[in-house]
Amino acid sequence: MRVANVIQLGIKELRGLTRDPVLLILIVYAFSMSVYSAATAIPETLNKAPIAIIDEDRSPLSDRIAGAFYPPLFLTPSLITRAEMDQRMDAGLDTFALNIPPNFQRDLLAGRQPVIQLNVDATRMSQAFTGSGYVQSIVNGEVNEFVARHRSGDSLPVDLAMRARFNPELNKQWFGAVVQIINNVTMLAVILTGTALIREREHGTIEHLLVMPVTPLEIMLGKVWSMGCVVFVATALSLIVLVQGIMQVPLQGSLGLFLFGVALHLFAVTSLGIFLATMSGSMPQFGLLLMMTLLPLNILSGGTTPRESMPEFVQTVMMAAPTTHFVALAQGVLFRGADLTLVWQQLAALAVIGTALFMFSLGRFRRSLK
Amino acid sequence: MSGNAPVAGGQSASAPVVSATGVSLRYGKTLALDGIDLDIPPGIMVGLIGPDGVGKSSLLSLIAGARVMQDGRIMVLGGDIADARHRNSVCPQIAYMPQGLGKNLYFNLSVFENVDFFGRLFGHDRKEREERIDDLLARTRLSSFRDRPAGKLSGGMKQKLGLCCALIHDPDLLILDEPTTGVDPLSRRQFWDLIDDIRRERPKMSVIVATAYMEEAARFDWLVAMDAGKVLATGSPAGLLESTGAANLDDAFIAVLPEEKRRDHKAVEIAPRPPDDGEPAIEAEGLTMRFGDFVAVDNVSFRIPKGEIFGFLGSNGCGKTTTMKMLTGLLPASEGTARLFGREVDPNDLAVRRRVGYMSQSFSLYTELTVRQNLDLHARLFDLPPDTIPDRIREMAERFDLTELMDALPDALPLGIRQRLSLAVALVHRPEILILDEPTSGVDPVARDALWIELIALSRKEDVTIFVSTHFMNEAERCDRISLMHAGKVLISDTPANIVKTRGAQTLEEAFIAYLEDAGAGDGNSEPQPAIAPDAVPMGQAGDKPRHTALSWFDFGRMLSYARLESLELWRDPVRAAMAFAGSVFLMCIIGYGISMDVEDLTFAVLDHDQTTISRNYTLDIAGSRYFIEKPPITDYDDLDRRMRAGEITLAIEIPPGFGRDVSRGSNVEIGVWYDGAMPMRAETVRGYIQGMHQRWLLEKAALRLGSAAAAGNFSVEVRFRYNPDVRSLPAMVPAVIPLLLILIPAILTALSVVREKELGSIVNLYVTPTTRLEFLLGKQLPYVVLAMANFVLLLGLAVFIFGVPVKGSLFALTLGAFLYVIAATGFGLFISSFVNSQIAAIFGTSILTLIPATQFSGLTEPVSSLEGTGRFIGSIYPTTHFITIARGAFSKALDFSDMSAAFVPLLIAGPVLIGLGALLLKKQAT
Repeated sequence: MRVANVIQLGIKELRGLTRDPVLLILIVYAFSMSVYSAATAIPETLNKAPIAIIDEDRSPLSDRIAGAFYPPLFLTPSLITRAEMDQRMDAGLDTFALNIPPNFQRDLLAGRQPVIQLNVDATRMSQAFTGSGYVQSIVNGEVNEFVARHRSGDSLPVDLAMRARFNPELNKQWFGAVVQIINNVTMLAVILTGTALIREREHGTIEHLLVMPVTPLEIMLGKVWSMGCVVFVATALSLIVLVQGIMQVPLQGSLGLFLFGVALHLFAVTSLGIFLATMSGSMPQFGLLLMMTLLPLNILSGGTTPRESMPEFVQTVMMAAPTTHFVALAQGVLFRGADLTLVWQQLAALAVIGTALFMFSLGRFRRSLK
Repeated sequence: MSGNAPVAGGQSASAPVVSATGVSLRYGKTLALDGIDLDIPPGIMVGLIGPDGVGKSSLLSLIAGARVMQDGRIMVLGGDIADARHRNSVCPQIAYMPQGLGKNLYFNLSVFENVDFFGRLFGHDRKEREERIDDLLARTRLSSFRDRPAGKLSGGMKQKLGLCCALIHDPDLLILDEPTTGVDPLSRRQFWDLIDDIRRERPKMSVIVATAYMEEAARFDWLVAMDAGKVLATGSPAGLLESTGAANLDDAFIAVLPEEKRRDHKAVEIAPRPPDDGEPAIEAEGLTMRFGDFVAVDNVSFRIPKGEIFGFLGSNGCGKTTTMKMLTGLLPASEGTARLFGREVDPNDLAVRRRVGYMSQSFSLYTELTVRQNLDLHARLFDLPPDTIPDRIREMAERFDLTELMDALPDALPLGIRQRLSLAVALVHRPEILILDEPTSGVDPVARDALWIELIALSRKEDVTIFVSTHFMNEAERCDRISLMHAGKVLISDTPANIVKTRGAQTLEEAFIAYLEDAGAGDGNSEPQPAIAPDAVPMGQAGDKPRHTALSWFDFGRMLSYARLESLELWRDPVRAAMAFAGSVFLMCIIGYGISMDVEDLTFAVLDHDQTTISRNYTLDIAGSRYFIEKPPITDYDDLDRRMRAGEITLAIEIPPGFGRDVSRGSNVEIGVWYDGAMPMRAETVRGYIQGMHQRWLLEKAALRLGSAAAAGNFSVEVRFRYNPDVRSLPAMVPAVIPLLLILIPAILTALSVVREKELGSIVNLYVTPTTRLEFLLGKQLPYVVLAMANFVLLLGLAVFIFGVPVKGSLFALTLGAFLYVIAATGFGLFISSFVNSQIAAIFGTSILTLIPATQFSGLTEPVSSLEGTGRFIGSIYPTTHFITIARGAFSKALDFSDMSAAFVPLLIAGPVLIGLGALLLKKQAT
């Protein structure tokens, strides 16, 4: 292997990239606008949840409960009747409908253990699940406070001092921005390397390379380093300028350590891109294969939903995916300020997976040239 | 050079078929056409001659209406071609065959299907179409290849097929851009005979041809000599010869060139070869190549001594290229051996590759690199010393006359100049063996001579062995020895003079054709009049039928022909369709089973300073729940910090010293809880769980202490998860995943189907046929709508029968919604394809513009009303949002059409708007 050839082949790829302005714009978009809008739009915490209240009690307590729901957590509650509830929920106007039964306050104080019914639109996924917790604790709080005033303070004086570490306000933007960057790193690296190889094949230039004193290893390394570099620079800029600078997200750990992880991850996913390209006969096939690979890699990596909640089997299989370790590393370093002693396992896993993918792809690439 | 009146060819008194005034064209800084004024008489065959890059192709594409006019005016068939209305009304009368082998063909389609597609575009009915196709295929001798994919035809056959496609609608004006480039002499002769036949039957037809072959130009009625974007001279061949006093057209052409160009031209002189030293540079012994049953190269042997120029001749598709590929090691031979420099060819032997230069038949340099960058890359890859590279590049640029084009991109260059670049690249590392596959195809006569002077110098002075294939007889004559090849076999191998002598022929071309015909080429029929089926309609008569020239803005038939074309492409690539189906099933399983909105199995650990029964009782409550898994206790604050940072524990609970005592006494006490905020959603859930458990624990303790009095103030919140009472993930996910998959895959496939045509060149058919943009786009869309609907049925079946998620509401509403939705989804693909030019950008752009909005802004996890900023705006207009509403309504909420009618309106609007935008942004002409 000659390093000079690898460098030259990589420079060729970079020059080619500059000839496709639409692609360049898309890359910039992916790491700026796309990250920004995804991070700012998506409420990872409860935000403006539509709620309706059916107040059949009309007591001071029920007023108090209704008054406890306000923006930004909830939209101002609509006060509706029982009859309207079904129709409104069917139409998707409300995610929550809280039904306070008649004589609630009286029964409560009399110790008759009344029941408040909370209807939740379960099709609303995460909002339904996190929101119902909120609604319950708000109702609990209001009722307890109300009861406390009507009773000689004789409850247990045990307080709960809860602190969210690393992101005390559970700011949704911090998480959203980084998750978006992580997904883009994978997507872009796979697409750029894979399509670069298919284009050479469709335009017949790969044949030209093969009559020159260039080995398949050099061809592949040329693509891996150059495309990896593009994504690496885009990631670093996006993180420093957009995430730290404009969005003011305080990143905890060492940026250098994270970028080292990015480099290792890129090594693995660019190899994956080559592998997918050798598997597909044409660009449309590659496009489909890409969807089939990228979606599971992103969704099941633990970036969007917690890994520990996935089925055991999925968790085990996903240990072989580079994204799983990369997501763990990114969360560790960027959010929790983990240092090398804490994330070396992820780094090692990325290196091992990357090497395996690279060797495997190289083998396939060599065979596909025969 | 304006106002050139026709010299001798102006025999026709009628109005010119094409009349150009002051036509100029620029590509960036380059001036391709410089104030052309030209009147082309009708009903004759006109030849455009001139060196490469003088603007012949540009002029032809302007006449055909394939390119946007910049300056000046061209009247074609009595109207301004820049006027879209005129263009539409005359384009059924014009046929245009672009430069390059089979540029207007679809390589996955068979010969018949290709011609058939054009027949349908021009609205012929079935009977007429079949008659015409049979007739055309018989005339071009393609009948026996009817079912072969166009991509597997040889170069000459592709050109003939291209001609069939151009002739199917009986044009009045036939425009051919270098139609015989790369075509062997026999096929070339057949090609021109065919044109002559057609002209005999349709004498009114005008033909305009650009050519680099002067011997062809001799048979044209009228010639236009061009140079540097200007018309030098016009007139009949005889008139040109007369006015220049030249003996042949080659010389006449050189004579009309401006003085400074004429000076560059030198006649080719062949120095005698020094006596053979017997050392062979290239040897082949019994080389055989089989592709399946087909024998491409059959037992070929030769031995080429060092420094010899060895020519390889033969009809298109006879195995020349395959033989060359075996020599370079690109293809491993099925049998036999090939040796370079006495060493057997080994694809892994890099040392040998350094000594060989190879130029392949199709242009295979990097179109994204400039001329200089291409030369530089190759010089470096061949390991030339870096300090010598700039000089070497300058030297090559001068030798091949590329100096002024060093910063141009190959795509912007004409074929002939690209060939020169390829040759320069093959020579940049001073190889000892040169293997050149038709290096002079499409190169003009002057440049060709210059190339040969170089080759001869290399052979004679530097002892370079040259193995070259060609279709030019005058080039074959310059070789030391030539081999004639046909159908994989070498017919004869000797010096050119000997071959002519043994055959008793006048010229090498005659000898060559005689050998080929002996070997059975051309169906053993050397007569110019080909065998036509007796019942076939002669061309002229077919043309008298009323044409389908009714040009509405939308023609259903033309749309359907594009739909049919796309379906055939899809059918020929079953892997793509299969992947579209398998992919969605796979993804649905992954998402359906892989994602759980339930947060459970969270890890926690306790830092218990108290270590009493009460403190243990408190933590036992947490450990016992299904949400938490307890990890070994925390030893101190450092341990806590480390384990949280490592992500080992999500929750840490600190119980203060004296907790048990304080609880018993009823004094104030505080439990510390830290939870990991890195994932806000998980953190919120954790907080909810802990608060709930703490409350319950307090109530329990209070009940123990106060007895029944504690019951006052006790109430409960009963949570009913509607539509999905068990809170199972599958019923929640399925109605959301189907919309997701129905946009990702159809959008990407539709976008690629259009951008592929742009990248591979067949988009030119949109430019020069009566097809409107809307017909083109809708035709492309239709098969993918069908595919997506099939996909929908598959996913629906999967949901109902495998996942057990029933459709509780209206199946009709769901299906109708899906139908409107896939129209919008494929429309989105068309919209993206209209402004994107490369397949890479199409894949990437479609991924970015569908994946993120569909997963994050469309109410998949959060309703759109809860979003903020641009995301909310995108979400409210994005089609996925509305189909998710419909899918959830139909699957989970047991709703009917009338309950959800509001969600249908945006879907109904989205499709037409997206398609309309696509049609607006797509270009109907090249710019």
